[in-house]
Amino acid sequence: MSTPTELKYSKTHEWVKEEGDVMVIGLTDFAQNELGDLVFVNLPEEGDEVEAGEAFGDVESVKAVSDVISPVSGEVCAINEDLLDNPAAINEDAYGAWLIKVKNVSDSEELMDASEYDKFCESEK
Amino acid sequence: MEKKTVLYDKHVAANGKMVPFAGYILPVQYEKGVIAEHMAVRNGVGMFDVSHMGEIMCKGPDALKNVNHLMTNSYDGMYDGQARYTTMCNEHGGTVDDFIVYRIHEDEFMLVPNAANKDKDYKWILEHQIGDVTFTDVSEKYAQIAVQGPKAKDVILKMVDPDMIPKKYYSANFNATVAGIDCILSRTGYTGELGYEIYLPVEHAEEMWDAFLENGKEEGLIPCGLGARDTLRMEAAMPLYGHEMNDDISPLETALDFCVKMDKEEFVGKEAMEKNPSTKTRMGLKITGRGIAREHMDVYIGDEKIGQTTSGSHFPFMGGAYAMAILDKKHAEVGTEVEVEIRGKRVAAEIVPLPIYDRKKR
Repeated sequence: MSTPTELKYSKTHEWVKEEGDVMVIGLTDFAQNELGDLVFVNLPEEGDEVEAGEAFGDVESVKAVSDVISPVSGEVCAINEDLLDNPAAINEDAYGAWLIKVKNVSDSEELMDASEYDKFCESEK
Repeated sequence: MEKKTVLYDKHVAANGKMVPFAGYILPVQYEKGVIAEHMAVRNGVGMFDVSHMGEIMCKGPDALKNVNHLMTNSYDGMYDGQARYTTMCNEHGGTVDDFIVYRIHEDEFMLVPNAANKDKDYKWILEHQIGDVTFTDVSEKYAQIAVQGPKAKDVILKMVDPDMIPKKYYSANFNATVAGIDCILSRTGYTGELGYEIYLPVEHAEEMWDAFLENGKEEGLIPCGLGARDTLRMEAAMPLYGHEMNDDISPLETALDFCVKMDKEEFVGKEAMEKNPSTKTRMGLKITGRGIAREHMDVYIGDEKIGQTTSGSHFPFMGGAYAMAILDKKHAEVGTEVEVEIRGKRVAAEIVPLPIYDRKKR
């Protein structure tokens, strides 16, 4: 799968999409592939604060649980509730299955563009 | 440094995700993933490389006396080729390992221990053997391939004279020929499905692996990794050393009473078990709240801790989160509502009987 060029990427394999003042956050295809079949997703609630570099939720595969790290600081203004019943949507379409939307963004991790991220993933293998 | 099994190149060629396990590097899954592999075994047929398992031969005039002394199960009254599951205990009644033990002849048995324990077991056995007997660790000479699932028989029938297939669960043919290769064909498994485990000389393992892939095409046979092996055995309530038992857990505390024959004259661990009757047992938990219980999570009723989970996951065939737990017997009643502490949060669960999956009740 090719890495979408309109998104930015963190070293912990989250993607970020700018929608005006709001940042949409999801897991990359590389991440879902490494994690395997996802069977459980734990997300924050609307109104919760998230902090850049800190875990805001977790995803569980059959084998293990992994934290999801927020690339930005701000306030959660939406969560993708469909994922709670269907975590496998992340495996099927990682760049379509967003996790949370964040507004009032005050800080951000250093993010990579698509080609930098592809190189980074190559080095992680 | 992890060892490679003789089938390593096959796993890499099939895009297996290789991970270290019990001193070996083995595939945790292949391309289709754990859930697809799990369901292939439940509904069709899957194949596993279990060459990491050990094989220890026990031979001599006192062979029977030794297996009855070392193991908690009884090896009296068996026919050649018959197998019995057992634990091997220490003097305190804790579990050194669990085994399948086959009777080859009246003076010869084959012991199959866990990969991670085989060196410890072999040492233990040599220290505790009695009389005229020779134990030999032949693990390096044998590969093992497990073919499991309701369609396993359809596949193997294309590769073997039907008379060579063991008629009964927990028996083996030590003189079988499968796909032209001399092997031990055993009707056993670790999945809760009908299936076979084939022990064969390492030099023929790749040939056998390919023969199954070829003959299983029509039945949809796929290779399956350690991930599916674990979820399949959990659904079927089959214990795994280091989880459901260890050096400090007696088989009587983990619902393995069926393989402890207290009426035997003696065996290592018997005295300790007589002195300390078990107050615990192993039960199933259905997680009714949101979350997935894994191993070593505390189980509560209100403020009282009543035990701990031993294994848990999302169970693919059952379609939900379940666990096994060792609980105080006085609270271990089916239907009891409990809570499991999952990473600091209490999550609702209900005690359910084991096994959680039973193919005869589908």
